[in-house]
Amino acid sequence: MVAALNSSNNSATAIRVENLCRYYRMGETVIRAVDGLSLEVRSGEFVALLGSSGSGKSSVLNLIAGLDRPTSGTVIVQQHDLAKLSREELARYRLHTVGMVFQSFNLIPSMTLAENVELPLRFAEVDRNKRDGLAKEALTRVGLQARMNHRPSELSGGEQQRAALARALINRPQLLLADEPTGNLDSRTGTEIMKMVRDFNRQLGMTVVMVTHERALAERYAERLVFLADGKLITDESNSAGAIAGTADAGAEGVRL
Amino acid sequence: MKLPDLAELAVRNLRESILRNSLTTIGISVGVASLVAMLSLGIGLQQLASRRLMKSGLFDTVVVTSRRDLRNFGHEEDRNAPVPAESRILDEPTRIEIEHLPNVMEAYPDIRFITELRYDDKPHLTMVAALPASAQSNDAFDNVQGKFFSSATAPEAILQKSFAEELLGKTPKTGLDETNVAELAPPLLGKELIMRYARREAAQSAAAQNPQAKESAFGGDHLAGSAYSVVSREQKLKIVGVADLDPESMRGPTRARVFLPLKLAESLHVMQPTDLREISRASSDQPVYSSVSVRVKNPGGIQPVEDAIKKMGFNTFSILDASRSIQQFFKVLDVFLGIFGSLALAVAFIGIVNTLVMAILERRREIGIMKAIGASDGDVKSLFFAEAGAMGILGGIAGVALGWAIGQVINLGTNVYLKRQSFPPEHFWSVPWWLVGFAILFSFLVSLAAGLYPAARAARLDPVQALRYE
Repeated sequence: MVAALNSSNNSATAIRVENLCRYYRMGETVIRAVDGLSLEVRSGEFVALLGSSGSGKSSVLNLIAGLDRPTSGTVIVQQHDLAKLSREELARYRLHTVGMVFQSFNLIPSMTLAENVELPLRFAEVDRNKRDGLAKEALTRVGLQARMNHRPSELSGGEQQRAALARALINRPQLLLADEPTGNLDSRTGTEIMKMVRDFNRQLGMTVVMVTHERALAERYAERLVFLADGKLITDESNSAGAIAGTADAGAEGVRL
Repeated sequence: MKLPDLAELAVRNLRESILRNSLTTIGISVGVASLVAMLSLGIGLQQLASRRLMKSGLFDTVVVTSRRDLRNFGHEEDRNAPVPAESRILDEPTRIEIEHLPNVMEAYPDIRFITELRYDDKPHLTMVAALPASAQSNDAFDNVQGKFFSSATAPEAILQKSFAEELLGKTPKTGLDETNVAELAPPLLGKELIMRYARREAAQSAAAQNPQAKESAFGGDHLAGSAYSVVSREQKLKIVGVADLDPESMRGPTRARVFLPLKLAESLHVMQPTDLREISRASSDQPVYSSVSVRVKNPGGIQPVEDAIKKMGFNTFSILDASRSIQQFFKVLDVFLGIFGSLALAVAFIGIVNTLVMAILERRREIGIMKAIGASDGDVKSLFFAEAGAMGILGGIAGVALGWAIGQVINLGTNVYLKRQSFPPEHFWSVPWWLVGFAILFSFLVSLAAGLYPAARAARLDPVQALRYE
């Protein structure tokens, strides 16, 4: 499956979402967070999901991440039909196929950066002696090798998000899902994080789906902008600036990790 | 997740909220300590009781009497046995036969007679009994003043305390403190006693050699059996010891107060009451015993010995039946003490459930994160189990140590009290290794059981909800 990630192979479908619905019941009323969404993402693509708050963009991301199950419809990621996976299989899917970053970083405060980054390796039962090297490599990639033994609270927001990125790619997933990764950051560090995400997309060939409400950032880095409102797809447009930025050195490096 | 990782994460999480987890662990250890304390008290008391009873020589002893002895112990099963007149005589060959049974350490005749002893030219009448050399380990001799017989044939005597008082002309005080043997002994040790006794001497009789004589025992006009004469003799005895307790305190009403070495007593051929009864049957001048005490090597194997002797045609008595009910009593006691100990552990159980449920609420987000980055339900569940188990093992170890310490303190305190009451110190507290292992294992299992619900709840946590939780 790793072979499918090469950006030269970007015609293959990474994510297929068909008629996806996710309803929540809040007392008497039913909230239609996702309401009949269909979407296809090719391998190596950088897609931004845009919309105001409550548009259902985060719900879509959680469904693709396998954190939530749809009310109806299908989500197929890298040939995995998520609806058909057991809880156990879904956990393995999250572990090996998906890397996630969040608005609030979601690092475990009691652990050092190195421990946070190697936590997915523990779940994957990677040997102890290999883990240290992999964690160090991932932290070096995001420029945090010097802060390995610091706890998240000792770091700035940008550094925490970089550590979260390192954790997201430690198991070499094909898919990076980012939920408002710059939401808690000032614009300068936000740009820094976006560059890093774009690097992962280009250099590692990771397919990226990013939820954001900052249109300017999305237009600058994403190849494709998908607008949602009330759980429905409004527009789906390719973004020339992001696409040009994305294709400028496509295939030049391939998978490096 | 692999086990070392699991353990590492569990210990890390326990350290994170150190106060709460320490308190819970202390709760467990108090529970385990009370369990250990209760059980070791039960075990210790049981060991003390059986040690005492074993030493008393009752549990390894079978008393054998002839069925001709009409002082029957009244066993039901004996009704099927031959009628008394037809049964066997308890004589020397029989004693040797019994001694050769498996698991028998020794079989010695009970020789006892009432006779007169002179001390300082004053006569004293008392019951005299023979003691085998093995009686030395009897706990009656724990506090003996002087020493035990130098040999089984030595012309020596050990006095019971009350007889020593009588010899010294002291009247035993009624009431509080009994006279100390240590005060009684010095004036008596090494002194001489003169024992007058009736010696049975074989007479030259034609009837003794005539085998037909036995047949006519039931009919008899004419003289049957062997004839013997009875002569009065004297024997000098040296007092070597004064015993605090009666070495045969539980052997019935015929309490002896002077004890002789067994072989010496045998060689004296003192006239025994059974001699009169068996005169019609005894084939020679060989002595006939009223009863023989059989000591077994292993108290557990007393029953087969009893059965074998019964099969030979004798009555037997042992305290085995009584000991069974004592064992049963201690089993029940252990169970009750264990239940009380477990109650404390049940409180600890609730403490663990509470701590872990609190931990779930506190670590909702952390659980959500772990699930989002790929932890399975099983990983989360194992982690909570590991935390519960770690608390259980730590609490178990601390609890055993605490229980042991409590036991030592109580033991010490009680012994100070015993000493003040001038009793010898006792070790009635015992923590055997199996109890240590059992307590830690039990604590571990109880903690795992307490972790069941919290672990399942943590594993079922919806990651989307958990991540939204701030």
